[in-house]
Amino acid sequence: MALLLDVRNLSVLFGGVLALNKLSLEIAGGEIIGLIGPNGAGKTTAFNVVTGRIKRSSGSIFFCGRDITGWSPSRIARNGIARTFQNIKLYEDLSVIENVMIAAHSSISYSFLEAILGLGRFSRDESRIRSKAFELLELMNLKELAAERASSLPYGSQRKLEIARALALEPKLLLLDEPVAGMNPTETREFADFILRLRDSLSIGIGLIDHDMSFVMGVCDRIRVIDHGVPIAWGIPTQVRNNKDVIAAYLGTDFGVVTGDHAAN
Amino acid sequence: MLGPNRKFTEGLFKVTTHRDRTLTVFSVIILLAFLFYADRNFDSYTVRILENIAIFITLAVSYNLINGVMGQFSLAPNAFLAIGAYTSAIFTLSQEEKLRSFIIEPMLWPLSVISFPFAISLLLAGIATALVAVMMATPVFRVRGDYLAIVTLGFGEVIQVLANNFLSITNGSLGLKGLYPYTNLWWAWGVCIFTIFCTVRLINSSYGRAMKAVREDEIAAEAMGINALRIKTFAFAFSAFFQGVAGGLLAHLITTISPSLFTFMFTFNLLIIVVIGGLGSTTGSVIAAVLITWGNEALRVFEEPSNFFGFQYEGIPGMRMILFSVILILVMLFARTGIMGRSEFTWEGLLQWFRRKIPALKV
Ligand SMILES: Nc1ncnc2c1ncn2[C@@H]1O[C@H](COP(=O)(O)OP(=O)(O)OP(=O)(O)O)[C@@H](O)[C@H]1O
Ligand SMILES: [Mg+2]
Repeated sequence: MALLLDVRNLSVLFGGVLALNKLSLEIAGGEIIGLIGPNGAGKTTAFNVVTGRIKRSSGSIFFCGRDITGWSPSRIARNGIARTFQNIKLYEDLSVIENVMIAAHSSISYSFLEAILGLGRFSRDESRIRSKAFELLELMNLKELAAERASSLPYGSQRKLEIARALALEPKLLLLDEPVAGMNPTETREFADFILRLRDSLSIGIGLIDHDMSFVMGVCDRIRVIDHGVPIAWGIPTQVRNNKDVIAAYLGTDFGVVTGDHAAN
Repeated sequence: MLGPNRKFTEGLFKVTTHRDRTLTVFSVIILLAFLFYADRNFDSYTVRILENIAIFITLAVSYNLINGVMGQFSLAPNAFLAIGAYTSAIFTLSQEEKLRSFIIEPMLWPLSVISFPFAISLLLAGIATALVAVMMATPVFRVRGDYLAIVTLGFGEVIQVLANNFLSITNGSLGLKGLYPYTNLWWAWGVCIFTIFCTVRLINSSYGRAMKAVREDEIAAEAMGINALRIKTFAFAFSAFFQGVAGGLLAHLITTISPSLFTFMFTFNLLIIVVIGGLGSTTGSVIAAVLITWGNEALRVFEEPSNFFGFQYEGIPGMRMILFSVILILVMLFARTGIMGRSEFTWEGLLQWFRRKIPALKV
């Protein structure tokens, strides 16, 4: 499969803090790539830079062979990168179906005049967008909730709705920021199956962040580990699991902490 | 019609049925028949109130698109109104009238010799206002929330200063006098119905959904491919077009315009209307525009001497404003989201309401 995302030596500075230090990451079509690391490692920051929400300090981002560094978030989205948010960002006061339909806005072919006059292209596009949205809700088991206000959904369903909305953009690459946070083990297992099926049926690339290690190890083809913005490991799940640096980063047994503890005692 | 415990269906299944369309056409015909009757039988004071109501509905519905549907706190309407009023007036005034009234500085050629029919002047007023809105959008929408309010407020002041100082175009503080009173019930209500029609159709399209997305969460809207600045600019221009046309109607209703007419008070009144109606609800804007424009006149009785149930009442000037404020405060205390909240009128909702109230009725 062709390379979709190619992130090269990406660095982000927040004031004086290096939130991301020379991160490189590749995602190909049909591939699921995990991005893991302790809290505050810079995972969400990496997604934010790739989707254009945060300006990078150095490095470059290529998507489908084009340099998209510095593009606006909406342009990047229209070119095929959809995402979900760690702190769910739905259009809370709108209905579930409208949430999904909104993501299809860039696909409409009618002008505002045609919308006002209700001409052919308007009705055709609207019914296409509507049935597409219902299809996606069905896929996520949300069809019965189509008329509900998005904010009235339980947490888990809100996460699913965010994914349905992201898919309505018909993306080539899907970035999921902690999709199974708050799910119980059964739901997580179902979600893992869902992600694998999604990848197989749409053959899109998926990048995901999560703290649930068994989930990440179970679905990802390759995993990139970062700690304090610094990439410390890259490889298939078994390689990453046994990597000394990774274990150290997660358990906090580096020298700094140990000597710190001794000093305190 | 739309109670709070009704299942939430805004924007869903908004398929206009044949029945709905018939009912809409039918009610428009009833409105036209009423106007026909009013035109022949009502005194000129009442007709004037009806014309004012139509103009304020036009203004409120288009203002609601920006402040309610798209959630951008703009205070620009008085500026748009002024631009529309001046543009249309400049084009309808006759050559002789222009020669007569521009006494400080003669009018700029070729404006001094151009005259158009009223319809074309109104159209030009709308287009000119929309163009100004497009030019304003990029600098103005760099900020949001309270800052946007301040910037657009300043824009209104700037327009007033310009109107005062471009003597060869606006005749300065003397203003433009002797406009022909073209605006009648038909013009006012025609534009009003047209505005409601266009705005509602737009809101129910993908463009309207994109505007709502920007209101709900701009970051999430952009992440879904919506260019926020672009949709804001478009909505601003769309709304400005109708406000410019309304300005033209207003100018040819009062027949004299000057810079001091278009103060912030206009915007303030509109803000009250859209908030009382329910920010984001076109239905609410229409209802509130009617209630407030009509109420403003109805409350005049409290300023005139009268006899209340045997008590002699002298009439207190300014009483109207006090009562008005009290009503406002009550609305904000007991109906915080306004009359309609964000709900819209639907025929289905009305029929259901009838079914509940009158079970015998089989509609
Ligand atoms: N907009 C911002 N401005 C300044 N600092 C920021 C900003 N966003 C993130 N940071 C900082 O950058 C670092 C990385 O944050 P980030 O949210 O990317 O971590 P994360 O890996 O996603 O953590 P978590 O697992 O808790 O979600 C943190 O120290 C955070 O405080
Ligand atoms: Mg994060």
